[in-house]
Amino acid sequence: MMKAAVITFPGSNCDRDLATAFEQAGAEVARVWHKDTSLPEGTDIVGIPGGFSYGDYLRCGAIAARAPIGKAVVAHAGRGGHVLGICNGFQVLVEMGILPGALLRNARLKYICRTVGLKVETSASAFTAGYAVGAKLQVPIAHHDGNYMADPETLSRLEGEGRVAFRYLDNPNGSMKDIAGILSENRRVLGMMPHPERAISPLQGSADGRAMFDGLMSAFAPA
Amino acid sequence: MKYRVFVMLKSGVLDPQGEAIRHALGSLGFEGVNAVRQGKMIELDLAETDAAKAEEAARRMCEQLLANTVIESYRVEPA
Repeated sequence: MMKAAVITFPGSNCDRDLATAFEQAGAEVARVWHKDTSLPEGTDIVGIPGGFSYGDYLRCGAIAARAPIGKAVVAHAGRGGHVLGICNGFQVLVEMGILPGALLRNARLKYICRTVGLKVETSASAFTAGYAVGAKLQVPIAHHDGNYMADPETLSRLEGEGRVAFRYLDNPNGSMKDIAGILSENRRVLGMMPHPERAISPLQGSADGRAMFDGLMSAFAPA
Repeated sequence: MKYRVFVMLKSGVLDPQGEAIRHALGSLGFEGVNAVRQGKMIELDLAETDAAKAEEAARRMCEQLLANTVIESYRVEPA
């Protein structure tokens, strides 16, 4: 069974949603506090939730990336462990240096909270295996700093290696190349601004995020 | 030792906040504002009394936390 660890920082506000999304898919979920210095034994995947960790002080995700639990997350990713960072979690991953680039203030300087269209760009990862390439999804976004940027070299690497996981159909925030989510080189770390954990039931207006969590479950199913 | 750290977006990085300020200045009637860039200034009060060591420490603070060197540059000066 997949063991997920969901981290809570002061100011996280999607940690329960993320834990619920993992649980609904059948995962065993441990909740981890930012002051913890290690992950539970046997953690398969770390979930870094959305929210406003440490009040977004200094830069979004900057303080969380250096929190006591941070070293354990970097070590987990370094061992080839899976990490899913959503929204503020994506900002934390780029601040940790686990994913390349940076997330700047939205181009039109507005906080945007609405459901957007996404296109699945690759199914070659445990996160996206449950989707067909080219599939169009409806997933909510809720962020002020989701404007993805990277230097031209990094961008062409991401494109060349098929590491753009999701693209916006109608770019809401100015992200380069309409990028909504990217994968690490080993394809085991995904950072994305949209919230798949807020789209796991028709009651939420969309269940298009569900396939991500179900896909992860299959990836960790005993052979 | 007291230092001031200036953190600015690198020159190639679009600064939409600076742009918004430039537009607002224009609407107040200030003409000829070619560009506005917004950054942060951070004051540090360090116990270290050796200037070279203190400045070196301030630089390491910038590299590790105060600036995101992917998008920002920094400058340390005595306050």
